[in-house]
Amino acid sequence: MRRAIYLLLLVPYLALAWVPLYDRALPDLAGIPFFYWYQLVWIPLGALLLLPIYLFERGSKP
Amino acid sequence: MTIALVIFIALFAFVTLLGFAASRWRRGDMTQLHEWGLGGRRFGSWVVWFLLGGDLYTAYTFVAVPAAVMGAGAAGFFAVPYTIFVYPIMFAVFPRLWAVSHAKGYVTVADFVRGRFGSRTLALAIALTGIVATMPYIALQLVGIQVVLAGLGVKGEWPLIIAFTVLALYTYSSGLRAPAMIAMVKDALIYITVIAAVLIIPSELGGFGKIFAHVDTKALLLAAPTATNLGAQSAYITLAIGSALALFLYPHAITGVLSSRSKIAIKRNAVALPAYSLALGLIALLGFMALAAGVKTNPAYAAQFKTYGANFAVPALFLTMFPKWFVGVAFAAIAIGALVPAAIMSIACANLFTRNIWREYVEPDCAPAREASVAKIASLVVKLGALAFILKLHDQAIQLQLLGGIIIIQTLPSVLIGLYARWLHPHALLIGWLLGTATGATMAWTLGFTKGAVYALHIFGVTVPCYAALSSLILNLAVSAVLSLVFNAWGAKRPDLTAAGDYV
Repeated sequence: MRRAIYLLLLVPYLALAWVPLYDRALPDLAGIPFFYWYQLVWIPLGALLLLPIYLFERGSKP
Repeated sequence: MTIALVIFIALFAFVTLLGFAASRWRRGDMTQLHEWGLGGRRFGSWVVWFLLGGDLYTAYTFVAVPAAVMGAGAAGFFAVPYTIFVYPIMFAVFPRLWAVSHAKGYVTVADFVRGRFGSRTLALAIALTGIVATMPYIALQLVGIQVVLAGLGVKGEWPLIIAFTVLALYTYSSGLRAPAMIAMVKDALIYITVIAAVLIIPSELGGFGKIFAHVDTKALLLAAPTATNLGAQSAYITLAIGSALALFLYPHAITGVLSSRSKIAIKRNAVALPAYSLALGLIALLGFMALAAGVKTNPAYAAQFKTYGANFAVPALFLTMFPKWFVGVAFAAIAIGALVPAAIMSIACANLFTRNIWREYVEPDCAPAREASVAKIASLVVKLGALAFILKLHDQAIQLQLLGGIIIIQTLPSVLIGLYARWLHPHALLIGWLLGTATGATMAWTLGFTKGAVYALHIFGVTVPCYAALSSLILNLAVSAVLSLVFNAWGAKRPDLTAAGDYV
């Protein structure tokens, strides 16, 4: 079951594949409509989601 | 001569020196193809980060993405989900390609396909696709240089010719080490420019609220789908997915991956490269800032907008907002940003030509030193071809680059699926590749190479606008799978030169 960690790879696709979810103006962030800041936020989030997998693989190597 | 031009020329001269000096960096035997064309496979995590960052986030991207956002609004922002979708794929898949290439001495992805499927015809198809998809992409890098030269008030074609000739010469002598070294300067300049732009421009324009208030409400968001037409949202997400699947199939991306010292370096970079995506996302917003700053209606830039269209948006914005000396820095960032990918792309094409066309079909018993010198000459020819292309056939280069994504994605079944399974039969892959390429190209041609190659499919009475690369890839996959059933039922055992242990 430890391999379930690889499911993290799918999260960014789930977060962005359904466009109606974020194709809206509100709530805005410092004047930036939701559509733009939501997607920008997923850039670092997408990278952070890879980190646990990276660490898991390093830990499982002898 | 203006201060901006002086700084621009100084930075350009500096990276030229670096380019020539790079041949001595981590010195290797330059008469070997993998030394010249892959930097000896010795680049660690940091160098790969700079190299791939400089390679994938090209000058054309930095000019064209904000131009698209200025022109089309939300629809132009698909570059952001695109770059997010790329990295889980890079993390999961490309360490396998690195491992098998390292174990078997493969320099190109066509080398891998040749070994995996034992088909030189399929390998040739992969190599030709890579070269044809990349050539117009090299030509487009020159657009990045052209627009900043126009912004600096430099006239004529000769500065572009000089810049590219110098680039060709140091790539010839230093190989992949030259762009790897220059990428460090380029990326530093890009980050400085982006940070300065984000700190200075929004506050000058009165904040993001005011900036977005200038955007037409229809362009601010994507149009919602109707019962019979999925519309702009469907176009948006298929462009993002299709572009993400295509990106790492491009020869210049593969060359960057294969130059790594280790699998770990690739995985680390899948985590660290999104830093560039963040820069790209912020640069995309510059399109709206250009709109708010009113550069398009400024009579001072009318001539440049007439020649270069929306691609002049970012240079015009920098000229309006930055002090003169910093314009020099920012423009140098864009122009040097064109040199790095242009060099890597030409090296990648040269590797493909040498390994999979020259050695395979022309001179099978060519010695390693001969192989390296053929590649060096090929890189020169490729770059001069790109230069002629952009000077003579500017508009066609943009159309062909659009076609590039559609044709490179057709190598996905052979390469990506080939890394995991060899159940697909090479004959089936070849026919799938042919049909996918023909269908995708026909769709783009029907559209007159406009609208970002988004072709409307009609499925059970619903109009589904879809990036032609993605729909033609699905056809390719279906054909490859069905025909593999047939060929595998008939065919004899096929040789596989790779073993399961080569991939881990």
